[in-house]
Amino acid sequence: MISDLFTTTVLIGILASGIRLSTPYLFAAIGETFGQKSGVLNLGVEGQMLLGAFASFYVALTTGNLWLGLLTAMFVGALMGLAMAYVTVNLHAEQGISGIGFYLFGLGMSDLLFQKLMGTVETVKGFPEIYIPGLSDIPGIGKIFFSQNILVYLAYLLVPLAWFVLNKTTLGLKIRSVGENPDAADSLGVNVARIRYFTIILGGTLSGVAGASMSIALLNVFQQNMTSGLGFIAVALVYFGAWSPIGVLGGALLFSFINSLQLWMQVLSIPIPSDIAVMMPYVVTILVLVATVSKVRAPSALSKPFERGD
Amino acid sequence: MRQKLDTLFDALLPVIATLAALAVGAVMLLFLKVNPIVAYAALWDGAFGNSNAFAETLVKATPLLLVGLGICISFRGDVINIGGEGQMIIGAVLATWVGLNFTGLPGWLTITLSMFAGFVGGAIWGGIPGVLKAYFRVNEILSTVMMNAIAVQLMNFLLRGPMIDPAQAELASQIPQTARLEEIFRLPRLAPTRLHLGALIAVILAVLVYILLWRTTLGYRIRAVGQNPHASRYAGIKVQRYMVLALLLSGAFAGLAGATQVFGVNYRMITDGSSSGFTGSAGFNGIVAALFGGLHPLLTIPASILFGALLVGANKMQRVVQVPSALITALNGLVVVFVVSSEIIRKRRQRKREAVAKRENDTPPPPAGVGDTKIQQAEAGS
Repeated sequence: MISDLFTTTVLIGILASGIRLSTPYLFAAIGETFGQKSGVLNLGVEGQMLLGAFASFYVALTTGNLWLGLLTAMFVGALMGLAMAYVTVNLHAEQGISGIGFYLFGLGMSDLLFQKLMGTVETVKGFPEIYIPGLSDIPGIGKIFFSQNILVYLAYLLVPLAWFVLNKTTLGLKIRSVGENPDAADSLGVNVARIRYFTIILGGTLSGVAGASMSIALLNVFQQNMTSGLGFIAVALVYFGAWSPIGVLGGALLFSFINSLQLWMQVLSIPIPSDIAVMMPYVVTILVLVATVSKVRAPSALSKPFERGD
Repeated sequence: MRQKLDTLFDALLPVIATLAALAVGAVMLLFLKVNPIVAYAALWDGAFGNSNAFAETLVKATPLLLVGLGICISFRGDVINIGGEGQMIIGAVLATWVGLNFTGLPGWLTITLSMFAGFVGGAIWGGIPGVLKAYFRVNEILSTVMMNAIAVQLMNFLLRGPMIDPAQAELASQIPQTARLEEIFRLPRLAPTRLHLGALIAVILAVLVYILLWRTTLGYRIRAVGQNPHASRYAGIKVQRYMVLALLLSGAFAGLAGATQVFGVNYRMITDGSSSGFTGSAGFNGIVAALFGGLHPLLTIPASILFGALLVGANKMQRVVQVPSALITALNGLVVVFVVSSEIIRKRRQRKREAVAKRENDTPPPPAGVGDTKIQQAEAGS
């Protein structure tokens, strides 16, 4: 029944799982924000996530060490980022398109490795929920915010950190200037290529973590194409959040809360076809975008390769 | 002669890039302890080994070409359409609905109406992000991705409920599929293979899209908006309208691709819950084919055949050397990356040629006084 939704237990459940579900979006979208702020559109996030998800799962499964799994995911993501950086910065390849290439590579490669190395779906014991004495005991809030796994906390620490780096540090200033006016930045002595390498590799690393947050913290399995479009949505959330980590957080939360709401509606067998319910977050995101009509414009040099004038 | 060689090299560049990607694939095969020569021979055999294999390649190439044609239009208009998957699905849904319900009409008429319905379904699904981009400044990458997800759920909902095969509805299995199309409402086969009329339609449309883009005002304006929206606006082109049109047409071709899959290959819609379960990822691979063909409708034809061959050959390779066909997906990705990366070689060579041409054409400075005539005339005129 609809009224079942409005009991405290259910509301707390919806909010708690909404926070948890937002982790992969946050990692991936914050990483993408750095890239786009420096003028690079990475459409390969989904591929990086899939490889990260597989790598972390496989390592966690074989060694039993979750942290080693997470590190492997970061490494694999960084490696994909490095390749992406070389192709877009040095070879000036069309970014949107090479991103699709990297997506297909990650999609195929993670599936190939899964079939060759594992063959069947297995499960691992993922990162456990952390109990914080005192905080976790606060009624409601404790369950929503302070009974999550370590990656959830890290994702939420990442948001203010990313905001600080982008807006309050010299590095952030350089990243923004490279994304707005690479020629001017270059003439002021900023190494455009180096900054872009940094942001793309950082983005890849965080995408790898996003994948790991699904396979060894949220779902604790690996399946082929398990991200099923999540990486693309993360890219979309960057636009949604108007290239600000805080905005991205807002988008990720909105998306995840609606997602969590529809999951709970299915749990409570509220008579809405599940397919229609799954559609809700996407529809709402589009509607919100239309309603708010973003006044913030994209970084001017976004998706334009930089070539030094002679 | 020199010039011809240069053009030839430029045209062969994607082929060279593909070979490079296949070479990387060979290394991957070695890691999997598989002889790459055996594997690639199986791939070739699976794709071109006999008339059935080749027909299968063309069957797989058809949706890639149709989606790719739409991509040629939208990318030329500087609109990034990632929504091919969703547009295929909606096109297929609408076409199937027509094919299953307009059964009182002659076969050819129902088929024509169904194909048109596919076209319209895709156009609607592409047109919505088009309007959102042009009038609400919603980024089309974002909206087309969202529209893909919505289309999948819509398909799942319809195939589980309103459009489910009446026979399935009575069974406990409840397989989410529509009824089968009656034989007279299917696209006719072209040869004693699975090759169907859709392939021919796609090739004809490739020519039409070429004409549209380079021989009509509509095409010229779409390209003008793509190259320089500001200049186009000053030239009096209604930029927003052409943005919508570019995405709408792009979606329409994808919708048609979805319709031909149902009417030419499967004869019913069935879902495994995912979008690739129905499309076989043609909505994405069509982008790859179009890019490989340099966003040229006619060059997209051989490009689609190449990627169709890779997809079909991958199955044979899987059977012969037990390498999952996922390897081909990964290789497809590498081909894309290599091809877009190789662009820089073409650009550098062109720049070099221009520099050489400039040096050769540089005549000694004109004798003093010649250049002054203009100034004198200008002064006289003022």
